[in-house]
Amino acid sequence: MHEMFVGTRYKFMAKRKYFYVFSIVLSLMTVLSLVLHHGPRKSVDFTGGNVMTVNFHPAATVDDVRDAVAKEHLESAEVQMSGDNTQAFVRFRTTGNDTSNVFSRFEAQMKTKGVVTTFRSMESVGPKIGKELEQKALFAILWSQVLILVYIAWRFRRWSFGLGAVIALFHDVLIALGVLSIMNREISLTVIAAFLTISGYSVNDTIVVFDRIRENIGLLRRMSFAEVIDKSVNQTLSRTILTSGLTLLSVISLFFLGGPVLHDFSLALLVGFVVGTYSSIFIASAIGMDLSNWWVRRKARAEAKATKTTVVASS
Amino acid sequence: MTNLRIKWVLFVFTVLLFGWYLLPTIRFYSLPANPPAAVAQTTTPNDAPPPETTAFNVPIPTGTPVDSANFRYRGSDNPSIAKLRENAMKLGLDLQGGVYLVYEVDLSKIPPKDRKGDEVDRAIEIIRNRIDQFGVTEPLIQKQGQNRIVVQLPGITDPARAKQLIGKTARLEFRLVKTRQELFQALAKVDQVVAGVALNDSASADTSAVDSLLAGKNPFSGLFQASQEDAGYVYAPAENLDKAKAYLRRIQSLDRPAVLPGGTILLWGERAFGSRSGNPGQYLYAVSVSSDLTGEHVADAQVGFGLEPSRPNSAGISLTFDKRGSAIFTRLTGNNVGRQLAIVLDNTVKSAPVIRDKIRGGRASITGIDTDVEAKDLGIVLRAGALPTDLTLQEERTVSASLGSDSIHKGILASVVGFLAIAAFMIFYYQLSGALSVFALILNVFYLVATLGMLRGTLTLPGIAGIALTIGMAVDTNVLILERIREELRGGKTVRGAIEAGYSRAFTTILDTHSTTLISAVVLFQFGTGPIKGFATTLMIGLVANLFCAVFFTRLIYDSMMARRPLEKMSI
Repeated sequence: MHEMFVGTRYKFMAKRKYFYVFSIVLSLMTVLSLVLHHGPRKSVDFTGGNVMTVNFHPAATVDDVRDAVAKEHLESAEVQMSGDNTQAFVRFRTTGNDTSNVFSRFEAQMKTKGVVTTFRSMESVGPKIGKELEQKALFAILWSQVLILVYIAWRFRRWSFGLGAVIALFHDVLIALGVLSIMNREISLTVIAAFLTISGYSVNDTIVVFDRIRENIGLLRRMSFAEVIDKSVNQTLSRTILTSGLTLLSVISLFFLGGPVLHDFSLALLVGFVVGTYSSIFIASAIGMDLSNWWVRRKARAEAKATKTTVVASS
Repeated sequence: MTNLRIKWVLFVFTVLLFGWYLLPTIRFYSLPANPPAAVAQTTTPNDAPPPETTAFNVPIPTGTPVDSANFRYRGSDNPSIAKLRENAMKLGLDLQGGVYLVYEVDLSKIPPKDRKGDEVDRAIEIIRNRIDQFGVTEPLIQKQGQNRIVVQLPGITDPARAKQLIGKTARLEFRLVKTRQELFQALAKVDQVVAGVALNDSASADTSAVDSLLAGKNPFSGLFQASQEDAGYVYAPAENLDKAKAYLRRIQSLDRPAVLPGGTILLWGERAFGSRSGNPGQYLYAVSVSSDLTGEHVADAQVGFGLEPSRPNSAGISLTFDKRGSAIFTRLTGNNVGRQLAIVLDNTVKSAPVIRDKIRGGRASITGIDTDVEAKDLGIVLRAGALPTDLTLQEERTVSASLGSDSIHKGILASVVGFLAIAAFMIFYYQLSGALSVFALILNVFYLVATLGMLRGTLTLPGIAGIALTIGMAVDTNVLILERIREELRGGKTVRGAIEAGYSRAFTTILDTHSTTLISAVVLFQFGTGPIKGFATTLMIGLVANLFCAVFFTRLIYDSMMARRPLEKMSI
C-alpha cells in the first residue's frame, strides 16, 4: 500500500500566527501590485475596443508589426507579440464599429515586408457592453461568495466557520488576481470564470476539513477546540494533498498544452488551486476558531458584566 | 441479491440510454467537415464583386463539378444529415470558427407615438431572412434583453460580408409571379448555363465536362417538381436543394438576381414554406424583374380574424397602403386579376397570394393563411419594409476556422494528457480500487458528453477545459471514499465493514463539496455568455454525473464482488 501524510500530528493551530502573517504579506503584495498597475489590467471585454490576433509566416519583428499598425492609423494601437514572434495581438480603438477592413489592410502592409499574415480572431466590444460585462462579473463574484457563505453557515450552524471559509476563498481569489497583476496578464471574461471556479473549488477542501471537525467535536469531548481542529486537519491531510495534486495535474496540462486561448484561464486556476489548498489547511479553520473564540469571550464578558451589575445592585 | 440485480439493470439501462443519445454525436463528427474543394467552390458565394450589369454574363466554372448533393458532409442540406446535426452535440463558435455579433436596436430614434412594440421582432425577422440567403448552416438569431439581438454564424470566416448583409436596410417589394410558360423558359436557360453552354460563348465549352454532367438534358430543372396547376413556381425536394442552390448561385449572387429571358428573375421561397407535409423542401418562383410596388408604401399590416366571411376563425392580414401605394395597387390588381403577387423581402419570396379582384381604396386583405403563427410572421414581414430603426453593432467576435480547429486539438490533447496522468497515479496509489476509480472517471466523461448531445448543448473551448477539470474534481470523490475506507481498515474493520462505513461517512462530505461547486457553476451560468456558459454547463453536468459514477457505480461493483464471497483482503 502506498501512503503519504498518514498519521501526522502537525500542530497547525499553535503556529497559525505565522500563516496569518504569510497570507497578509501575499495579500499586501497583491494590493501593492494593483496600486502600481492602476488597478487590474482589464481586457477589451471590459474596457471596450478591439483586439485582433494574427499569425505570421515567417516570424515578424515587433518593429515591422508596429510600423504596419502605424501606417493604418489605428487609434491608440498596442502590439503584443508571442514569444517566438509568430503571433501578434493588436489592440486598437475604432470610431464607430467598423473593423471590416482592418485585417486586409494590415495584411497588405505586412506583405510589403515579406511576411504572410493569417487571420486568427477579432474581438470587438462596444464601451456600453464592456461596462455591463464588468458590472455583471463583479456581481457574479459577489453572489457566489454570498451564496457559499449562506450554504456553509446553514450546513455547519456556525457563522464563524462560514465566514472563515469565505475569508479564505476571498484570499485565494485575491492572490490569484495578484499573481496575474504582477505578471501583467489581462483580466478577461474567461479569467473571471476561472475566479468563480476557484471559489467553488477552494471551498471544497475547506468543507472536507470542516466536516471532519464537526464529526470530531461530537467524538472527542475531552480535547480542546484547537486540538480537535489539529486532529481533523491532520486526518484529512492526505486526502487534501492527494486531491489537490490530482486536480493540479489537469490544470498543469491545460496550462502547457491547452493553447493560448486557455493560457490565462489555466494560470489563474493554477495559482488559485495551490493557494486554495494552502488556505484550507492553514487559514480557514484557524480563522473559524479565532472568530468563534472571540465570540465566546465576548459573550462571557457581557455575561460577567451583567452578573456584576446584578451583584452590585443587590448588595 | 435481488437488490443488486435491480441496480445492475438500472446501470445497464442508463448506459444504453445515454449511449443512444451519444450515437448521433459520434456519427455526425465522423463525417468530413467540408465537401471536396470543387464543390466548395460552387457552394460558397462568389467573393468577387457582382457584375455591374445584371444581364446574363456568366463565366463557365472551371474544374470538374462534383455532385454536392450526393456527398455527405457536415454542412450538407441533406435531410438525413440535417437530422443528425440536430441531434448531435454542437460545437461552439470558438471551436468551429464563426462570427458572433450583438446588435442593438436604437429605439430612441423612433418617436414614442410611432412605436409599435415589435421593432426588435421585426429587426430579427429581417436579419433572419438575410442570413437564410447567406446559406449558413445552423445560424442562431436571438433576442437578448430589451433591445439587443445576438447573431451567431458558425463557419462564416468573412465577417465583413455578413455585417454588410445584416446592416443593410430591408427591401420589401411586391412582384408579379410569372406564368408557367415563362417559368419554364427561365429554367431552360439555367439548364443551358449549367450544362456549360454560355450565352455568348459556345466554342470554349469543355465538352467532356459537359458530357459527364449532362446525363439528363436538364441538370437544373430536373431537380424540381412542377406544380399541378398553372403556376409560376416549382418545388425542390429537400434532397435536391444543395445541388439546385449551388447551380443557381453560378448565375446569380445573393443580392443580385440574374435577369433571364422575358424579364424574369428566379427567387427562392422561404425554407419549409408551404411544407405542411413535413418535407422541408423549398419553392423557386419566377417573378417579374421590375418591382411593381415597394414596401415603403405599406402604411400598416395587422393580423385580423374573420376577414373572410366563410372562415370567421382563420387569421388573415389587413393591409393598408399610403396614397401613392393605393393608386399603384389599384392599377396592379386591376390588370392582373387571377395572377399571383409575390411578397418579396430581400429577394426571398415570403408569400404569394392570388389577386382575386381589383382592389381600390388602399386597403387589402390576405386570407387563406393556415395558422395564426404564419399570419403573425407575415405581418412582421410586411411591416419590416418600413423599419425605421437603426441597428448598431455593439459586440463582434470572430474566430477563424484554423484557430477553432487548433483549439479543439489542443483542448483535447490537454484533457487526455491530464487524464492519463491522473489515471496512472490512481492505479499506482490505490491499485485495483484505483483502476475502478479510473473506470468511473471514463464513465463520467461518457455520461457528460452524451448529456450534452441529449440537451443539444454546445461544446466550447472553456467547455473542454470544464471536462478536464471535471476529471480532476471527480477524482476527489474517489479519493475521499478510498481514503476513508483505508482509515476504517486501519481502525481494524473487516473489508465489508470498512467499505460500508467509508461510503456512508464520505457521503455527507461529497454532498457538501458538490453543492458548493454547483453554486459557483450556477452563478457562472447566469452570468456567462457563449463560451463561458459552455464551461458552466459541462461543470454542472459533470458534477451530477460524478455523483452517479463515483458513488453509485463503484459501490455497485464492490457490493457485487462481496456478494459472491466475503473479501478478506482489498486491493487499495
